[in-house]
Amino acid sequence: MRVTRRYRFAASHRLHLAAFSEDENRELYGKCSNPYGHGHDYVLDVTAVGPVDPVSGQVVHVPTLDRLVSEQVLKDFDHRYMNADLGEFKALVPTSENIIRVIEDRLTAGWADAFPGQCPRLEGIRLRETKRNAFELKS
Amino acid sequence: MLITRRAEFSASHVCAQPALTPKQNAELYGPAANPSGHGHNYVLEVTLEGEPDPVTGMVFDLKKLKELIQQTVIDPMDHRFLNYEVPPFDKIVPTTENVAAEIWRRLEPHFESGRAHLNNVRLYETEDLYVDYAGERR
Repeated sequence: MRVTRRYRFAASHRLHLAAFSEDENRELYGKCSNPYGHGHDYVLDVTAVGPVDPVSGQVVHVPTLDRLVSEQVLKDFDHRYMNADLGEFKALVPTSENIIRVIEDRLTAGWADAFPGQCPRLEGIRLRETKRNAFELKS
Repeated sequence: MLITRRAEFSASHVCAQPALTPKQNAELYGPAANPSGHGHNYVLEVTLEGEPDPVTGMVFDLKKLKELIQQTVIDPMDHRFLNYEVPPFDKIVPTTENVAAEIWRRLEPHFESGRAHLNNVRLYETEDLYVDYAGERR
């Protein structure tokens, strides 16, 4: 059984490659390359999978998941300029594709401590940048 | 092809184990363990899988699906206190996981024959928390 929990964070970014000229960046990233960055209200869905514990009736202890996501992701991402405030994006352009990989790495790094044992597993995450685009990653 | 029908019901519940102390229940379930209960506007999405009938062009009659969800889920659960009024939740904790599995058990026998079979039950407890159940094998 799968349990999906939704989280939200607001963050800004700029899509810009230092090795490319301004014109090339403009061509590649359009207005996302504007010099001062811009922001989104990101929606992050985290899906855990596993059997229902026969005693608790739960797949995942949601407060523990909330704590993990808050510690590993929201605390650092929410109300931040990702290019400047997050180490991962010093040398990595914060496209949603790269953001979702970074988030998965962070969740995976903290998962075993939060959920010792085999279950639940992180099945995947989904990152919605705007209402018109979303990105999914299966773990 | 997949087809999905959405339905809603409002119900109250309390998540607590009789064998545990109030403190242990509060640790396990948080405010959901408050003894007098609380409620949600549950949103249910029932997904069927099958190939459209070549004559009718339908995988399954959505009106029939609506009636089936109404009879098996909405009528018994809507505006009820699940622990007190909807078996088996007098004996098992009505977590979202257990409610989703119970809804699957109620619907699944209706799709054992025929062109459509039950593919998934998604139950939203809130907009920010939902469970997907696709049977014991998946």
